[in-house]
Amino acid sequence: MSRAAWFWVFVGPFLAGLLLFSYVPIGWSVLLSFFEARNTVTPTDFVGFRNYREMLTDRSFVDSLLTFSLFALAVVPLTYVSALGLALLVNRIEFARSFFRSVFFLPTACSYVVAALVWKLSIFSGVDSGLANTVLGTDIAWLVQVKPPWYWLALITVRLWLQTGFYMILFIAGLQRISQSLYEAAEVDGASGWQSFRYVTLPQLRSTSIAVLLLSLIAAYQAFDEFYNLFSTTGGYPPYARPPLVYLYYNSLGAGAQDFGHGGAGAVILAAVIAMVTLLQGKLIGRERA
Amino acid sequence: MRTSPLTRRGLLAGAAALALAGCGSNTGRNRPPGITQWYHAYGEDGVQQAVQRYAADYRRTPVTVRWIPGDYDSKLASGLLSGVGPDVFEATLQVDMIRSGQVADLTDIIEPHRADFAPAVLSGFEFGGRLYGVPQTVDAQFLFYRKSMLQEAGVRPPETLPELVDAAGRLTGGRRKGLFLGNNAGSDVLGGPLLWSVGLDFVSEDHKQPGFAEPEVGPAVAAIRDMFARGHLLLGAPTDWSSPAAITQGLCAMQWGGLWIVPELRKTLGDDFGILPWPPLTAKPSVPIGAFGSMISPKTHVLAEAKDYVRWLWLDRTDLQADFTNSYGLHIPARQQITPNPVAAEASSLVNRFGRVAFPVALTAKMRVSYRDALTRIIRAGADPRRELQSAAEPVRAELRRLFG
Repeated sequence: MSRAAWFWVFVGPFLAGLLLFSYVPIGWSVLLSFFEARNTVTPTDFVGFRNYREMLTDRSFVDSLLTFSLFALAVVPLTYVSALGLALLVNRIEFARSFFRSVFFLPTACSYVVAALVWKLSIFSGVDSGLANTVLGTDIAWLVQVKPPWYWLALITVRLWLQTGFYMILFIAGLQRISQSLYEAAEVDGASGWQSFRYVTLPQLRSTSIAVLLLSLIAAYQAFDEFYNLFSTTGGYPPYARPPLVYLYYNSLGAGAQDFGHGGAGAVILAAVIAMVTLLQGKLIGRERA
Repeated sequence: MRTSPLTRRGLLAGAAALALAGCGSNTGRNRPPGITQWYHAYGEDGVQQAVQRYAADYRRTPVTVRWIPGDYDSKLASGLLSGVGPDVFEATLQVDMIRSGQVADLTDIIEPHRADFAPAVLSGFEFGGRLYGVPQTVDAQFLFYRKSMLQEAGVRPPETLPELVDAAGRLTGGRRKGLFLGNNAGSDVLGGPLLWSVGLDFVSEDHKQPGFAEPEVGPAVAAIRDMFARGHLLLGAPTDWSSPAAITQGLCAMQWGGLWIVPELRKTLGDDFGILPWPPLTAKPSVPIGAFGSMISPKTHVLAEAKDYVRWLWLDRTDLQADFTNSYGLHIPARQQITPNPVAAEASSLVNRFGRVAFPVALTAKMRVSYRDALTRIIRAGADPRRELQSAAEPVRAELRRLFG
């Protein structure tokens, strides 16, 4: 057989799978979003943009979009700073270097579900035997109090713990590519530690930084597991820290509700927001780069 | 080394055959003959074997039992949508299922037995005068309390909502809280009980108004907020209200819970617990009940056979129904003629007196989320009850207009 034939033999099944299980469903849900589609995936009642209008005036859905963006806004810079900080420290250390690298990288191997449950059940448990309450000598229901919104503490820390190590490795790889001669030249010019960081390290890490920012932003917008496992209760999910996917799951797509018109519209809006934010971020960083 | 193109080709052919077989198994072409019946994965030991035994006992048509682990609701929904789902299945009834033709009308087989079902139980399967499911067995939720702790504090088992608020306060002390209503501070479980406590229901008789939009509901919800704000509710417990751990570990003196926790309570606390209905504010006590009903998909090719099977299993064979209800975990029989397990006798009597179906047929997921969110905002964030409930009523009215005009 020719090379082209073999190409299709190997690529074909995956391409077919991608088309069948990714692109067709995406296209179908866009189609459904323009129909009144309850308990059916072959609707006949075309409603135009009505589902979109209703989703955008649905206070809970808009709230969930805001929650999500707030989460990304908090977690992306924090991840950047902590991963870079750790990378600088671990990179400088002479003693037990690979030990420290592994220790900080290890949480990356942990499942989001397991970590969320550890955070919920032992660290931020609301009873006085919870770790946080024991250490601080407090009596706070961390995940239940909304004034002040302590639940954000659990949400942000679990994400940082899980992903900082991974981005730290990216930064370490970036740091090791910086030529030592640049630092030597800076030293000869009398640069302080801060100055050589500001004018040598940071600019040299630009492409790594872009990768870290983009990847962590996309990861933040894909969040579902830790939200769901930290906050879902036997009867549902509270209106706090509720990401759009969880809201759509309860209201339109899962748990006995089959309102695919509104569910489709919500999913398209969410996809549009993510695409816009990613493009905007790419544009901002790209411009700075130019 | 010689490579054999034949072997490679053979491998590919084999893979292709496997892939085709994989497609075939779910399209219905390879359906087993006869009736396919779905159950969700019950937690109690022995249920799966029992329902398989019942199916094997039925001789007129072969019945294949499918045991569905995981997210049963979603799997059932897609099964019913695609037309390759079950012929007979268990579910709770929702109005959208009727409107979109996902459940067959079973009025003709159930009607002759109507008097044998508690009206509250059957109301979960009735809509517009038609019946769509045969209740299999009943679960219920109660207020559990530790007798010894109440005695010690000189508190009577509360019979009204103000008494409950008072008791929760007096029972709070040290590392113990007075009352546990779940980690969402009651919003998940008290939707119905708070409405019933002031004589209202989820949706008005004419299907135009949500009951919670009435001003009477405010004070009932405010009572829960009051307990939350004073720190008398257990919050952020390691397990939720559906588990008995909070009350057995002494984290609280009273806990909302389901009938299913009774065996564990008896094991760890002996006789040191009692059960109560949800105490009223101005109307009657209430006990939320839930039941799975046996239903039939109208898309089935064996409608007559499926109906005959459902009648045989869930209406005629009361011996099997008694086994299903009383032998695996603790439940309350759906039929009056079946004697409840002695352990469930008191619960059964409370259900007969105060039982209300936890989520009525006309309540859609959207309405539930809207109302529950409002309760959460009032109880956990101290939002103004009246304003919050009014704003939650708007989307519910829109849903009601869509469904009932």
